[in-house]
Amino acid sequence: MSMTTVIFYILSAILLFAAVRVVTAKNPVHAVLYLVLAFFTSSGHWLLLQSEFLAITLVLVYVGAVMVLFLFVVMMLDINIEQLREGFWRNFPVAVTVGLIMAFEMVLILTNPHTGLADYKAGAALAADASNVKVLGRQLYTTYLLPFELAAVVLLVAMVAAIGLTQRSRKDTKVVDAGDQVKVRSQDRVRIVKMQAEKNVEAADTAESGEQQA
Amino acid sequence: MNWADLNLMPALPELFMSGAILVILMLDAFISDAKRGMHYGLALLTLAVCALLQVQTYPVVPVHTFSGMFVSDALSSLVKLAMYGSTAIVLVYSRQYIADRGLLRGEFFSLALFALLGMNFMVSASSFVSLYMGLELLSLSLYSLIALQRDSVKATESAMKYFVLGALASGLLLYGISMIYGATGTLDLALVAKAIKAHTANDMLLVFGLVFIVAGLCFKLGAVPFHMWVPDVYQGSATAVTLMVGAAPKLAAFVFVLRILVQGLEAMVADWQAMLALVAVLSMAIGNITAIAQTNIKRMLAYSTISHMGFLLLGLLAGTPDGYAAALFYALIYVLMSMVSFGILLGLSRAGFECETLDDLKGLNSRNSWYALLMLLTMFSMAGVPPLAGFYAKFAVIKAIADIHLYWLAVVSVMMSLIGAFYYLRVVKNIYFDEAQDTSAIVMRADMKLVLSLNAIALLVLGVVPERVIVLCMQAMKQSLAAI
Repeated sequence: MSMTTVIFYILSAILLFAAVRVVTAKNPVHAVLYLVLAFFTSSGHWLLLQSEFLAITLVLVYVGAVMVLFLFVVMMLDINIEQLREGFWRNFPVAVTVGLIMAFEMVLILTNPHTGLADYKAGAALAADASNVKVLGRQLYTTYLLPFELAAVVLLVAMVAAIGLTQRSRKDTKVVDAGDQVKVRSQDRVRIVKMQAEKNVEAADTAESGEQQA
Repeated sequence: MNWADLNLMPALPELFMSGAILVILMLDAFISDAKRGMHYGLALLTLAVCALLQVQTYPVVPVHTFSGMFVSDALSSLVKLAMYGSTAIVLVYSRQYIADRGLLRGEFFSLALFALLGMNFMVSASSFVSLYMGLELLSLSLYSLIALQRDSVKATESAMKYFVLGALASGLLLYGISMIYGATGTLDLALVAKAIKAHTANDMLLVFGLVFIVAGLCFKLGAVPFHMWVPDVYQGSATAVTLMVGAAPKLAAFVFVLRILVQGLEAMVADWQAMLALVAVLSMAIGNITAIAQTNIKRMLAYSTISHMGFLLLGLLAGTPDGYAAALFYALIYVLMSMVSFGILLGLSRAGFECETLDDLKGLNSRNSWYALLMLLTMFSMAGVPPLAGFYAKFAVIKAIADIHLYWLAVVSVMMSLIGAFYYLRVVKNIYFDEAQDTSAIVMRADMKLVLSLNAIALLVLGVVPERVIVLCMQAMKQSLAAI
């Protein structure tokens, strides 16, 4: 058994353990931490497949950004664990049955010679100085330049939309702006209305009748 | 590909537009609320410059760039010019309406231009990747434009529906594209066409891919049985946004369908012809019959859109260059018609009042006979009454169908168009023969009045002398499809 195979089995064992713990952990914070472990271990698998760029991205994006955000949200929320775990044992037998059937089906298909798994051999080992960061980067910035830039524009639209949809000054807020208060002038608060000193009789009559109607 | 080989000239209008959008976004952060009208001017200026650049770079032969993912040909240039024009007109119509509803913000204009940018890339794409990216850019901008009216429950609901169903349709489309990719091993439309013709691809996989692609495309067009989002989105959105969803995107979606089905999957014409025939008949039937039962005019126009998409598909499924040109002409005329009808609704709405039921149009003639006449022209054109442009457009697509001897389809479409005439004429009856319930004066900005009048008169002029435009459509089709 080569060294790579040994590492593969060790990583797989840790990955499976972490994945099971994500589902079974009582404390949601622990569940998220196990998910971090699962992601980190699967990035090890990417490394074994000589895809160092994907491995690093998985750690940076998922562990570094997404999971930290997730952890933050989980800690902020007041989650009732008892309520979440309600019905776990009741659904357990069905879940196990479904899982076993799925595993059985996969074995059935994958061991069938017609599936042709032999066509998908592991890739040949790359040269020691081969860099898939370089290859990906070259592809993205030459052949796929247009879709790549368009993806950037789509992200910009998402940002504009997110800000446009969420940023608002609440109508019921009672916060006062000190700057506005200092700048206020008497004209803004008091309105001087020019009126005739005397009213003529007819106008007064119609005004009165108007009031009565009202 | 080297940097030195990168030819940016064919994409000059798009590059300028991207830059201009960024400028508008930046300005938005610095100018005060009182000067928000400036965005309006800048957006119109951007569109004018783009149109000018488009005319300057109008290609004699198709030019590919960005590793063959972007193509500038007569078809894309013609459609882009129409889209600049229609977006500009939509902005002119919306100006007062959005100001009354607190939507006159930088985001409205930048998102509208982003949507247009996405449409531009859709019509200019020559690879599945760039087609899909353009589509997503358009869709995302439209979802957020609808949701921009945050305090309206209806708008939020329709944005949500559009978003969820749109994501599903994109998924279907991508699934289909992945199957085509699996079968042919390429994403480039010309190479896909070549691989299918050479019969090196797995036929089973191709047909499966085609089914998913047609389903996704029908959703984007809003054709039956993937039409459920159309009435809800049309009714729930602010009328200005409805117009934005209903005008230029239909043109872009049409070219999108044309590029995939005709340029990429042309060898499978027998397969998609049958599917589109079914979709077209259902769209015309369900669109026209359901529209009769509507009391909300925006909903009625939504069903009318569905039936118009059915007619559009007729030209497409004919599978002949004449048919494609007729369908393109139909799409152009449809955009013109929908702009006048929604323009009138926008003009009749004012702060605190939405003109959206059939009753709101009652007695329009006694309130303002000029607008009544414009609406009359549009409704007659939609119903297909000669000598208006709508008649000629319907005539052209039905002739294309008759030319390939699908007479039953031609008969069905004429019957459906007769059924449709009922609800268009009901609007005319409301305008001319009913008592006005609301007698307040109609106030429109001067620029809107002018553009609206010209827009409606264009329907009459194009109905009498359609030759020039139809010749343009023919030339565009000939040049763009010659490559296959």
